[in-house]
Amino acid sequence: MNTVYMDNNATTRVAPEVVEVMLPYYSELYGNPSSMHTFGGQVGRVVEEARGKIASLLGARPDEIIFTSCGTESDSTAILSALQSFPEKRHIVTTRVEHPAVKNLCESLDKLTGHKHRITQLPVNSDGTLDLALYEESLGDETAIVSAMWANNETGVIFPIKEMARIAKSRGILFHTDAVQAVGKIPIDLSQVPIDFLSLSGHKLHAPKGIGVLYVRKGTPFVPFIIGGHQEHGRRGGTENVASIVGLGKACELAARQMHAENTKVKTLRDKLENGLLATIPSSLLNGHKTMRLPNTTNISFEYVEGEAILLHLDRFGICASSGSACTSGSLEPSHVMRAMGVPFTAAHGSIRLSLSVYNTEAEVDFVLEKLPPIIAQLREMSPFWKSEHRGKTGGSQCKCSCS
Amino acid sequence: MWEYTDKVRDHFMNPRNVGEIANADGVGEVGSLACGDALKLFLKVDDNDRIVEAKFQTFGCASAIASSSALTEMITGLPLDEAAKVTNQDIAEYLGGLPKEKMHCSVMGREALEAAIANYRGIPLPMAEGEVVCECFGVTDLEVKRAIEENKLQSVEEITNFTKAGGGCGKCLPRLEEILREARHETKPLILDQRPGRLTTLQKIKRIEELLEREVRPALRKDGGDIELIDVDGDYVIVSLRGACGTCKKSQTTLKEYVEKKLREQVLDTLIVEEGK
Repeated sequence: MNTVYMDNNATTRVAPEVVEVMLPYYSELYGNPSSMHTFGGQVGRVVEEARGKIASLLGARPDEIIFTSCGTESDSTAILSALQSFPEKRHIVTTRVEHPAVKNLCESLDKLTGHKHRITQLPVNSDGTLDLALYEESLGDETAIVSAMWANNETGVIFPIKEMARIAKSRGILFHTDAVQAVGKIPIDLSQVPIDFLSLSGHKLHAPKGIGVLYVRKGTPFVPFIIGGHQEHGRRGGTENVASIVGLGKACELAARQMHAENTKVKTLRDKLENGLLATIPSSLLNGHKTMRLPNTTNISFEYVEGEAILLHLDRFGICASSGSACTSGSLEPSHVMRAMGVPFTAAHGSIRLSLSVYNTEAEVDFVLEKLPPIIAQLREMSPFWKSEHRGKTGGSQCKCSCS
Repeated sequence: MWEYTDKVRDHFMNPRNVGEIANADGVGEVGSLACGDALKLFLKVDDNDRIVEAKFQTFGCASAIASSSALTEMITGLPLDEAAKVTNQDIAEYLGGLPKEKMHCSVMGREALEAAIANYRGIPLPMAEGEVVCECFGVTDLEVKRAIEENKLQSVEEITNFTKAGGGCGKCLPRLEEILREARHETKPLILDQRPGRLTTLQKIKRIEELLEREVRPALRKDGGDIELIDVDGDYVIVSLRGACGTCKKSQTTLKEYVEKKLREQVLDTLIVEEGK
């Protein structure tokens, strides 16, 4: 059975070109980049080459790039650094739809630091967008840092990071963005966007898992998170993950080259998939803003059915997708993103995310368009709410879910 | 990804007895759209009180659909009295087991069966009579108690796995713990969490002040020194050293080895003493 991989916001295929450039660093070129000898030194040079390629994709300077182990480490480093740089500031502004890497960290800061922090989690509109006026109001003299994602992993909705960063900058507040979903999918030019910190993760853009980057603007106060050797100029201890760094460099080079395809070919496929599903499946609705969105992501709710059941049926055909339903979120309530957007509970449990990449084909889109509608029809046929006159409510239930 | 047995997968992919029975003798409905799963069970009962047909409609995940399908297979042909004895454990076993987080799906099957039988017999549903404990998922204390007894539940987390109670906002968790204690006939209250982390800020400050007054200051004064409390911020205790201590080279040692140690022993073991500048 062929795998139809449409879960690229979860992780991506490592590009064959990336694997190829990585291999020598697992065999003959095993030197330590910090070594004094030529054997290690040559490895140090490729690490710097990779740093240059990553910087160039972001419109940054090479010395503003710090290698980390993953996006989560980058997020933790940025936020904790800001809090240590300004220990007297005890307020953080973030959003209700952040990835757990930021959301759970912010909610655990009191325990981590021994201080009480005030956390403002900005609400989002029903289309997942932010209210800039509300954002501006939330900033105060005691705000240490703003952390807002560039693009949402579940819906693909893009936040106005440029404007948000400018506002923070004008108030002298540090600004961090989790750009894990945005890098490689939409153009980013940090010479034009005054952010202080940016997190990215290799495996979301066809590099391997286990490599991340934290961009730190030159001049931004910085306190390291992992303390050890002098690697990364003392900003992140630990021997470099050389093979993955080389891989990430190559992946960024490819991303720069494919940025156009991402926004034309991939977007065309996504639109065909999305429009096709919305047109052929009744009671289906798009989650997230129609245009202010990543070109590869679509998140659709199918009312009166449950997401996990849809996923397992898709799995039977080798189709990989994900869902924000309660049964797949690891808790008993739908995803925090769907709840923050106020998606009605008739639809929140039946949300499916399909996220594409340059490796997807039109034939695959057609395959999903052929297989998914009958699955929804079959599950609805089985659902007590589908044809009932009191849709969404059975007798006698006292359920008052907070997701409503 | 959930680890489902082949039997669960089979009942999910090829569910038996899906649909409605037009003039059913008994209908049972549990759950709701908001909760994420719901089951409507239809029974046809003959003159000898035997279930001759059972059908279902389910909104929910794979294990909810499989549990419903399994239930209809298990009860078709059974006398009502026999069917009434089917427990959620029986449903789970019939399917070769369910992941523990999904046990509530089997509980839903059992509750729908009870509701359908009560509907047929024209009697009120006993479980719904209880007091609603979990408002998020509409679970009563009677349902929780029964789940504890029948499944020998040991923790609040297990109660959530089996009944969903406590899986939403979490407000009812203390009440669930109480019910668990009662059900296990543990009348004695749990040992109160005496971790000093539970001190309120005011309590913390008071205890620090008391200790400084009672022990620390008299000791320092003997050597011509003194100490003053400036602030308490979280776990940070900011103090100022006075008198001889102010100029003593060993004052940092005094601060850490004596003052901090005392405070940690007698007030809170996470306190950090620092000198205010």
